[in-house]
Formats: sequence, structure tokens, C-alpha cells
Amino acid sequence: MTTQTPQKSPLDYFPTEDEYQRLLDKRTRRGTAVRITFLLMLAVAVVGLGILLYTIIDDSFGIVAVVNENEPEDILAAYGYDPTVTVLSDLNKEQLVEVLAGSISSGVGRRLEREQRFFADRLVFESQAKWDEVCASDEPPSGCGGGVRSKADVVALVEERVIAPDIIDASRLTASIFNPQRFKDKVEADFLTNPDRYEDYTFDQVRFQWRAWFSWKFITSPASDKPEIAGVRTAVLGSIWLVAITVLFAVPVGVGAAIYLEEFAKPTRINDFIQTNINNLAGVPSIIYGMLGLAVLVRVLEPITSGSLFGDGAPNGRTILSAGLTLGLLTLPVVIISSQEAIRAVPNSLRQAGMGLGATKWQTVRSQVLPVAIPGILTGTILAVARAIGETAPLILVGAAGFITVSPSGPFSQFTALPIQIFQWTSLPQEEWRHLAAAASLVLLVLLLSLNAVAVLLRNRYSRRLT
Amino acid sequence: MSTERGVHDADMARQLARKPRRFERLIVGSLFIAGAISIAITIGILWELGSESLLFFLDDDVTLGKFFFSTEWSPQAGSFGIWPLILGTMLITVIALLVAIPVGLSAAIYLSEYASPRVRNFLKPVLEILVGIPTVVFGFFALTFMTPLLRSIFGSQVGFFNVLSAGIVVGLLIVPLVSSLAEDAMAAVPDSLRQASYGLGASRLETSLRVVVPAALSGIAAGVVVAMSRAVGETMVVTLASGASPRNFSLADDSLFGYILSPFEGAQTMTGYIAITASGDISYDTIDYNSIFAIGLTLFVITLGLNSLSRRIVKRFRQEYE
Repeated sequence: MTTQTPQKSPLDYFPTEDEYQRLLDKRTRRGTAVRITFLLMLAVAVVGLGILLYTIIDDSFGIVAVVNENEPEDILAAYGYDPTVTVLSDLNKEQLVEVLAGSISSGVGRRLEREQRFFADRLVFESQAKWDEVCASDEPPSGCGGGVRSKADVVALVEERVIAPDIIDASRLTASIFNPQRFKDKVEADFLTNPDRYEDYTFDQVRFQWRAWFSWKFITSPASDKPEIAGVRTAVLGSIWLVAITVLFAVPVGVGAAIYLEEFAKPTRINDFIQTNINNLAGVPSIIYGMLGLAVLVRVLEPITSGSLFGDGAPNGRTILSAGLTLGLLTLPVVIISSQEAIRAVPNSLRQAGMGLGATKWQTVRSQVLPVAIPGILTGTILAVARAIGETAPLILVGAAGFITVSPSGPFSQFTALPIQIFQWTSLPQEEWRHLAAAASLVLLVLLLSLNAVAVLLRNRYSRRLT
Repeated sequence: MSTERGVHDADMARQLARKPRRFERLIVGSLFIAGAISIAITIGILWELGSESLLFFLDDDVTLGKFFFSTEWSPQAGSFGIWPLILGTMLITVIALLVAIPVGLSAAIYLSEYASPRVRNFLKPVLEILVGIPTVVFGFFALTFMTPLLRSIFGSQVGFFNVLSAGIVVGLLIVPLVSSLAEDAMAAVPDSLRQASYGLGASRLETSLRVVVPAALSGIAAGVVVAMSRAVGETMVVTLASGASPRNFSLADDSLFGYILSPFEGAQTMTGYIAITASGDISYDTIDYNSIFAIGLTLFVITLGLNSLSRRIVKRFRQEYE
């Protein structure tokens, strides 16, 4: 007897209509859920960037609480002006200089005058005899040759030296717009709870005014230990010097190395080694390059990097030259790798055509390959340089000075740079410095974003021609 | 007559080919030197890290055993055990990866498998901007936004300097690295695989998670390892946000989760120690000066190891598609 197993039809293996719909719904739901999770995760990155930019802008503007040593109203009233309708710059230059002279010591006045005179026809702080004597000396001060101070310059001096504002607290942009009263209350409460800190002032003297920490004046003022007048000129100039040296070193060497590796290098051991080595160098943390700069450029090569080999130089090797070369070494692998990619993208037919016409290898490279590869090389180089501008750690190692007010004058100067300035200001505990750090970050970001935009434009403009 | 002329041309061609081109050789020579400079850089790094570290280990206060096994780093007291600094680096790297792996991978999968060209064209530049922001700005962000935020969430148990804030921000910093490397790896997976998967009735999720991601796994893993090496070498965020005191610990006495691995307290990292010690005028040939090179050598070995690991992953597990 054989048991009859019921013959299963292939259709029985398929789910029923209902089951099918249920399973399909389940898959769709899971798909949607995961898709939303992916999007949310991506949103984390975008929101993170958004908050970062927001934090920086938020800290770059806002209401500040200021105590003035002399009120501008009093100055105006002393000259018979109505303080409600006139401002400081309505005074004429003679009156402004008079205000200045009445408030600063004659020593400071003489120093200012030697920097640049106030009037072409007369001297304010210096006697004519002494002036002639100073100007006849071996190193005459800049005031002897240069022109006279503009009125705007004198207004700025009066603001800095006579009004002499002292920022005691600062608020952020959004808080200043939506809830300015809260900031005022906070400052007032501070006066009550913290009388020691403000023993020189009373709350009535405090003025609340808007302040743009990020402004043209901020970019053009030198560094200072007073947050009210501190700016980033010294740091910006330092960064420009560094970039110049970095580019001068990294671009010729980097592009040369890329040409060699792509066009001339036969696959010998040494060439393979160079290639591997460059890939490894690109992954070395920037701080290690800083240590290389410190040990080799600053210390061992001190006679060269301090400039003492070429006559007068810096007291040690912690100069712009050392720092620029350190950044150059750091940027080099990136420049090489991106240039290699650009050269590799040049179609082989161009090389063959060049060689076919009887050109030598170098002639082909120079006249056929390089012109086509240059946009790509430029793009990669700009991005690499943008990265170098933002580097901080190696500069700390090679001894960027945190506080310098003198603008760098050459490759053998001491220096500071924008990222270093941001680092120093961020490390200080008082509120005012944080706003300065934010404004300096904004300067740096604007600089870098414009460099990046140039790179993207270049890429878009020339990528069509290549294909 | 004509044959004679042909012979003559061939002769000339041979002569031209053999003509010594001094200028050309000079050019190629200098290009080679440009390439060889990279070797000089490597030698410079190895020499400087090696020789100064040697001086460090020759100091009376230092022994190799203590350096590698002691859990106390206080140069003033003459104890140089590297573990507290490695601990700081490790904590921050782990937190950073906990942030960067999910965010970076999701971003990569979304961009490569889901996003429409319009969305891609908006989101990719955003990630590229993130790459271009200097790390010191991220450090400012950690100190002025992330730390106050964490303190308002978790209360005063969060220190002013803490590894959590630094770790999260380092994570944000390496997200674009993870996502772009992972996206490259997924873009290299041939479309025929996706089409086959869709043809079998798989949904988009099933295709991306079960077909594309496994096929691109070696590239993704390599990207994560590279990001890890970047986190280990990151300096400015940790110097600003994670504090300047090493987290000295004793495995026997300190609570593991309350102190040793606590994310709420500060811990100096290897890079943070180097940066803080070297800022200001450091005098040559002091134990402090030499110690930063010993730490630097350790850091160099770790990052080099991670980078070559990533290359080996790619080489070993790469799927070749035609």
C-alpha cells in the first residue's frame, strides 16, 4: 500500500494574496524607516555644520556693556555742541587734537607725533628744535618723512585714548536681538553680587551699545592686549607670508615630483619606494611635521632660518621662514598626489601624438601634457594651500609667538598667524576674547571659503574642456 | 637614387635618437630630485623622532619599562608612563568613531544609493565645506558650544574640560572623511550587481545593505581606519576642549567607569601634551623637550600602523569587478 502524498503545486510555495500584501507592507515600512534614519544621520552632519557657523556668527556681533573713561557727550558739550545731534567727528581737527592733548601725557603725545605728525604747518607736542634734532639723527622716526594724520585717524585716537572704552561684558547676536533686557539685567546683577570686580565704576556709568567684533577695523588693527581695540592685521599678514613661502616651496617641488612619477619614472624599486613613501607621508599627523620643523628647521638649520648667515637676523630660528617651510613640507605630499591625478587624467593620445611628431619626452610633457593638466593641478594646489592656512598645530611647535603687535617685515621676522591668534584668544577665559576668537574665525573662514570657491570654479570651468 | 636617400634618412633618424640631450637629462634629473625630497622628509622625521627619543630614554628618570607599563604621566614628578596619554587619545578616538561611523556611513549610503542628483548636488558641497574648516575653529566650537550644551544636559558632573565634548567634535570633523571614502568604495561597485538585485525583486534597502555595502566593505573598512588615524593625530580640538592634565590612574584603586573611562572628565592626549609642552619657549635638551619626541614617535608608529592597515585591507579584500 502506498500512501498518497498530496501533490503540491508550485503555486502553494507562494504566499497567499493577503500574506503577500502583509510581507510587502512590512518590507516597505522597513525600507522607509531605514531611509529616514539615513536622512536623519545625514542631517546630523548638516546641522552640525550649521550650528558651527551659527556659533561663530552669533559670537561675532552683539551688544556690549562699556564703561568709558570720558563720555563723548561731555567732550561735545565742552565745545558748545548739542550732544544729542552731533557726534565726535563733527568737531574739527584742531578741536579734536586739543581734546587729545588735554587728556594724554606729553610723552605719549610726543610718541604719537613722531609716528606721524598732526599738522603739516605746526607741531603740537614737540618743540621745533627737538624735532629737527630727532629728524637729523641716523634713524629718524616715521613722522619726519610721512604726511599728516587724517581727521579720521585723529577721531580714532580720541576714541581710543580719551574716551578709552572698557568692555566689561558682551552678549551674543541672537540674545541681543531678541532679549537685550536680559543681558542688561545680568550686568546689573553682576554689579550687585561682584562689587570687587567693578570697584572703579557704578552701574550708572555702564553704556550698552552694539558692537561688530568682525569689521573692517578689526581686520586692519594690529593685535593688542586690550580687547576693545585688538585686531588681526598682524596675524593676517603673518598668514599671507606663510602661504607665500609654502606655495614657493611646495608647488614647484610637488608638481616636479608628480611629473617625474607620472611621466618619467620607470617601475624600478626606488621609484616604487618614492610613491609608497609619498602616500605614507600624506597620512602623517600635522603635529609630527611641526616636530620636524622644530628639530631640523628651527634648531639645526638655525643659521639659515634665523637669517644670521645672511647678515642681521632674528635671535633664533622661530621665524616665518621656518614656519613657511614646515607648512610646505606638510603640503607637499598632498600637492604631489593631486597633481599626479591631474596628469594621469590627460588622455594618452595626446602623448602619442606629440611623440609621433618627433618631439622628445620632455617636449611632449611641456607642450602637450602640462597645458591640459594645469587646471587640475591648480585646483588641487589651491585646496592644499587652503588646508595649510588653517593648520595650527605645526605652527605652535615651530614657535609662533602668541602676542606680537609688530607686522612681519620679511622671512626672518617673528610672526603670528590667524589660526594661532584664534587658538590664543580661545584659551583666554574672559568673555571678550571669545568674541574676538569668533570674529577671527570668521575672517579665516571667509578667506578659506573664497579660496575653495575659486578652486570649484576652476574645476567647473575647465572640466568641460577635458572631456 | 631613391634607395640611397632612404638610407640617408634612416641614418639621420638613428643619429637624432642617439643625440645626447643634456638639457633633457638635466630636467629629468631635477624632477627626480623633486621626487626624492619626499624621502629626505621621511628620513628627517625618523631621524629627529629617533634621536631625540633616544636622549629621552637615556635619561636617568626614564626607563623603557616604566614608559610602557606605568600609568602615571607627571613630568614634574619624574614619572613618565605613557598610558594616561594613550588613554586620553583612545577615549576621544572611540567617541569620535561612535559619532562618525553611523553618520558618515549613513551619509555615504544615502548619497550613493538614494539621493536624487539635486539632493546630491546640495549635500556634497556641505560635506566638502566641513572638510575645509580648520581644526582650531572646531576647537573653538567644542569649547563655546558643545561643552556648555553637554553641561546643560548632564549637569555639573561634566567638567569644563571633558573628553566627551572633544570626542563628539572630532567625530564631526572626520564624518566627511568616512563618508567620502565609503562613497567612493560604493561608487566602484558595478551597476550590474544592483540591477541583478533589483531584478530578483529586492527593495532599495535590501540592495544597498545586502549587496552594495558587502561588495564595498573593504573600501569602507579602509576608510574607517584612515578616519581613526586622523582622529588619533588630531591636535587642536583636544588641546582646547579636553584639558591639559593627563588622566593618571591606577587600575587597582580607581573605578573603571566612574573615573578611568569616564567621558565627563578631561584627559590630555598625546597630541595635546606635545602642543601644550611646545607652546611657549621650550628650552632644548631638557627632559620636557625630549619627551615630546618620544610621544611623537609613539604617535607616528600608531598612525603609520593604522594607515598601512587600511592599505592592506584594501589590497587583501578588494573584489575585482570587470
